[in-house]
Amino acid sequence: MSMSIPPAEAALPRFRRDPAGTHPPLLSPDYRSTRLRAPLKAPVDLPQRMTEVTGPVFGDGLVHADDADLTRGYAEEPAGQRIIVCGRLIDGDGRPIPRSLVEIWQANAAGRYRHDRDNWPAPLDPNFDGMGRTLTDDEGRYAFTTVKPGAYPWKNHHNAWRPAHIHFSLCGRSFTQRLVTQMYFPDDPLFGQDPIFNSVPQAARNRMIAAFSLTDTRPDWALAFNFDIVLRGSEATPFDPERS
Amino acid sequence: MTTLLSTPSQTVGPFLSIGLTWERAEYVVPEGTPGSFWIRGRLLDGAGEPVPDGLIETWQADPYGNFGLSVPPVRPAGGGSGFGGFGRAMTGPDGQYGLLTVKPGRVTDGAGGWQAPHLDVSVFARGLLHRVVLRIYFADEAEANSADPVLCSLPDDAARATLVARPNGDGGYILDIRLQGDRETVFFAV
Repeated sequence: MSMSIPPAEAALPRFRRDPAGTHPPLLSPDYRSTRLRAPLKAPVDLPQRMTEVTGPVFGDGLVHADDADLTRGYAEEPAGQRIIVCGRLIDGDGRPIPRSLVEIWQANAAGRYRHDRDNWPAPLDPNFDGMGRTLTDDEGRYAFTTVKPGAYPWKNHHNAWRPAHIHFSLCGRSFTQRLVTQMYFPDDPLFGQDPIFNSVPQAARNRMIAAFSLTDTRPDWALAFNFDIVLRGSEATPFDPERS
Repeated sequence: MTTLLSTPSQTVGPFLSIGLTWERAEYVVPEGTPGSFWIRGRLLDGAGEPVPDGLIETWQADPYGNFGLSVPPVRPAGGGSGFGGFGRAMTGPDGQYGLLTVKPGRVTDGAGGWQAPHLDVSVFARGLLHRVVLRIYFADEAEANSADPVLCSLPDDAARATLVARPNGDGGYILDIRLQGDRETVFFAV
């Protein structure tokens, strides 16, 4: 028995695969935690169908304007260098991704996370929880106000330190575009010894580094860093005479 | 046309719960929703140890096979108001996750047939430099599963079994996710 294909199904968007050299290999032994957690079998190709090319839409009530300002919400301002992190969420075709959820989390200015399992001896900041979220605007733009996170040591290898970074989570338009990454700051001297940063193929690493922006720096208030995030672009629609 | 290269992926790290926790995000549907059940399981590493700092994120159709709040709105929403189809569960100290949801309807396969009811799943964790993707199917959908193009594309029953949640006797389902090892879960490249 054959069933007709709903017209909308034939017109579903498809997202092109990222070329080799874009993402880190799951097994990156210098980052020790990958050794027992990276799947070792080759992944199976999953053709993109309805479930893969759709995704949640986030309503207006989900976030508040204050959720994008990590320096507010407590009795005083957090310690540290106040900064603005702003940019655009776009796809690989240069199109903005509007009304899409952007979530961030980070250490405080001393390099300490407000988390039960972070117990290295740097001070917690009672005025900083390190969490922000926002929706991109109609042009795909987002902006957070926060403080510059500090570097911190970890147990991966002797004298291992994570470069200052902000974690970013992006939902894009579809399940297929989902991405979690980290944003780094320009010219960090800790890049060379960090196996997480260096797990990404060399040519792609600079796509994780924000750029200082004097234009977006707010006079007498805060330095600004630009970080544009690119999610997978569309597959060119193949011409199919059966469906045209 | 402009072609831009994608931003690379990085691990969520050990402190993901700071940024990715939403109140009741593991409730894909509200408690008491007719037909709702828990899917539970453990996230395990290559030594069989629990992964306590992981996130299981799910996306699914409603019981009528519609993606009611999706872009583009390919079919009219039929699942009632408030069904987003998106869920998130942090793993606990024992690697355990749990999501309250309803069984999705069947969705067309784009080639004249139908897919079996399924959830698309992303797994994030410290030590995962990129999300890994799987699907959750349901063991009590044997007939639909046997015709599902994705399950049929897998090499054998052992591979298929890593994606099929089993009824656990109290109306819910159970599926462990094994990142590595002899019984490694089948993961997909989308």
